[in-house]
Amino acid sequence: MDTSAERTVRLSISGMSCAGCVSSVEEALRAVPGVREASVNLAERTAVVTGSAPAEALIEAVRGAGYDAAELTGLDDDERKEEQERAHYRRLMRQFVVATAWGAPLLAGAYLDWFPEFETVGGRLFWLATGLVTAAVMYYSGRHFFIGAWKAFRVHNANMDTLIALGTGNAWLYSMGVALFPEAVPAIAREAYYDAAAIIIGFINLGQALEMRARGRTSEAIRRLIGLQPKTARVVREGRELDVPIEEVGLDETIRVRPGERIPVDGVILEGRSSVDESMLTGEPMPVEKGPGDEVIGGTINVSGTFLYQAKRIGRDTVLAQIIEMVRRAQATKPPIGRLVDKVASVFVPVVLIVAVVTFLAWFNLGGEERLSYAVVTSVTVLVIACPCALGLATPISIMVGVGKAAEHGILIRNGEALQRACELTAVVLDKTGTVTEGRPSVTELVPAAGCTEEELLRLAAGVERGSEHPLAHAILEAAAGRGIEVPPPEGFEAIAGHGVRARVEGRTVLFGNRRLMEREGVDVSALEARAAELAARARTAMYLAADGRAMGLVAVADRIKPDAAAAIRRMHARGLRVVMLTGDQRATAEAVAREVGVDEVIAEVLPQDKAAKVAELQARGEVVAMVGDGINDAPALAQADVGFAIGTGTDVAIESADVTLMRGSLHGVADAIEISRATLRNIKQNLFGAFVYNTLGIPVAAGVLYPFTGMLLNPILAGAAMAMSSVTVVTNANRLRLFRPKGAEA
Amino acid sequence: MSGAELAVNVAGLALIAFIVWWFWLSHGRTERAGAGPVEIVVADGVYSPSRVEVPAGRPVVLRFIRRDPSPCAEKVLIDAAGVAAELPVGEPREVVVTLPEPGEYEFTCDMRMYRGTLVAR
Repeated sequence: MDTSAERTVRLSISGMSCAGCVSSVEEALRAVPGVREASVNLAERTAVVTGSAPAEALIEAVRGAGYDAAELTGLDDDERKEEQERAHYRRLMRQFVVATAWGAPLLAGAYLDWFPEFETVGGRLFWLATGLVTAAVMYYSGRHFFIGAWKAFRVHNANMDTLIALGTGNAWLYSMGVALFPEAVPAIAREAYYDAAAIIIGFINLGQALEMRARGRTSEAIRRLIGLQPKTARVVREGRELDVPIEEVGLDETIRVRPGERIPVDGVILEGRSSVDESMLTGEPMPVEKGPGDEVIGGTINVSGTFLYQAKRIGRDTVLAQIIEMVRRAQATKPPIGRLVDKVASVFVPVVLIVAVVTFLAWFNLGGEERLSYAVVTSVTVLVIACPCALGLATPISIMVGVGKAAEHGILIRNGEALQRACELTAVVLDKTGTVTEGRPSVTELVPAAGCTEEELLRLAAGVERGSEHPLAHAILEAAAGRGIEVPPPEGFEAIAGHGVRARVEGRTVLFGNRRLMEREGVDVSALEARAAELAARARTAMYLAADGRAMGLVAVADRIKPDAAAAIRRMHARGLRVVMLTGDQRATAEAVAREVGVDEVIAEVLPQDKAAKVAELQARGEVVAMVGDGINDAPALAQADVGFAIGTGTDVAIESADVTLMRGSLHGVADAIEISRATLRNIKQNLFGAFVYNTLGIPVAAGVLYPFTGMLLNPILAGAAMAMSSVTVVTNANRLRLFRPKGAEA
Repeated sequence: MSGAELAVNVAGLALIAFIVWWFWLSHGRTERAGAGPVEIVVADGVYSPSRVEVPAGRPVVLRFIRRDPSPCAEKVLIDAAGVAAELPVGEPREVVVTLPEPGEYEFTCDMRMYRGTLVAR
């Protein structure tokens, strides 16, 4: 075996600062088995490695030496693949045309009685010449079937090629036998099947070409994702901006992105502000505001401003590349429903070969006067009608489209098993914070007391909180900024533990905190008490504000419920799912949220480490449970659930941390994922049913079981056409899934 | 039953026995993996070699070279190792697998028509 095949890998290295680093990286690379040559360029911070070692081993070695590395590569070159596919399609179509152009006149002539009998010298020469031309046509149009069948046979395997080669080869051999020795065959069985041999080969080529075209459409989602990566990036090197191919962008390089351009690789903004459209990856329709320190993802679109950013992930490490990799991997996995088919497919062809031999023997022994030609026709028909491809394609082709469809909506499904289990769910458990709610507090209501305005109340609250580090202070300052309020500076800021804060703002002594603070300082808040109680009942944290000893109003803060949470939960109910909310919060707060969004059950006051146990309790009650959480804090509960959904936004999501990853924060993603899974499984079942019915009915009919009742046998040409079309039908049905639209927010 | 008829029937039964033996009861030659990556060519509907002996419990690099333009050959799956790799035509694609236990592990196309076996020892 040849194991010496070599290639060159280019790596971008970061963390090198001197010639000493160069030699230690080179040393680490040369120590990897299979490396013949490794050279590091300090100026470019790249390494070029020649040898047979895989890129992953090289990166590992560089990391082991204390540096970081990534392979310099773009995403797959799809254009080359498409050109290869087009060339293959054209070849199959040419082979179809040649085979049918020869076979069709032979078929017509046989029906119209144009051709001479075998017994005459002229007739014999005619049929021998026809046989030789047919052999040439079969060689041109169908040699790949014969070569494939032979090669598979040599390694004790049998496949589709085996059936086609044996079916058409036997038809040709029998016809040549009749042409050479007509007297050895009963007069009634002197038939030639050159037409069948040529036309069947033509049809199978046509079927494969059509199937290939239809299969091309099934990988549209991946193509669309690959198409998101720009071909070039505008890199700043030594103060100059250069357009370089994406494969040349190194780690830590500075890149400029202008309005309307796609962001080339992942990184962190250094300078400038902009809004970024991430909808193509997350499904989130609204552009996201980004500024210095914020992460940007390669493949998303810079909408408004210009910015400079530093490349942090390149090549196969980018979020986009990881999404593509995950979708590809998921597309090639199978749900449990497909495993039985795999078992059937693995024994299918030898079983069909045995059925063909049994058919031949049955007709040979029981077929009466024309038994020989019947035996040949029926056994050839059995071989060419059986279609292992339709069976084999039924599951993977639908998974391919279904997983791709999910990815288009920002839903990454880890594998076929998760997809199948998502259809069987009976209950959905939602973590509250960050899943049902936004996960960060914000100001929900301003209740000014008599003689005060909302703006004054918020200005004073923001002023006093300006010096605070408390998470609630952030919410108040954000609300003030949202209203364009200029926040006055505080003087003499003082935090009163367990009560609130005090400071002088705009010359007044401002107190901001809970009721106990007001009581302690002797402020009368009786006019606000009823409203405060009502806010508390709706899961708001109400804070009192007083200025110079007079109550000015209430500022209510809450972890706001996601605007579409209630609608998404209604969709889950509509699909017969029980929705449970799980939270560590106090029961009263949890119930207030639960009422607002309409969940069926609340499990409150649960410690983070007990969440998995609560999921297990539900499972013990017979529920098939989905757990929806942020994927980090809820990891054990996600793993315990039958299907774990990690929900997040953009780069926050740890891809592959769960069975299903939702790239946007909306709970509609859960309902979308369940709907897509159900549609995909339905499609797989249709395909499997069709393929099983086709083969289990088609093979006996081809063997002639209906002959005693109807007196008719299936024409092998029709059988070949049916076989060619059966896999096209499966692929076309799977393609229908591309048109599936989850009901979305409007449902 | 004439002699010719008997001969046809015996030949038919022998053919069935041969099919059972050849496709299910016997297998082809096993290639042993060397020190470097194991090169597996995907062409004409088969993997060559289709039966490879590899060490158990150690990572092995399989280098697939697809020469077959048929879309059936575009993926290789190794279920036991959770591998599902896309194989571009004419471009080597390396897959690293570790088979923990000695035994036979299949690698196939996604329709299970192209088949090969990794024999871990």
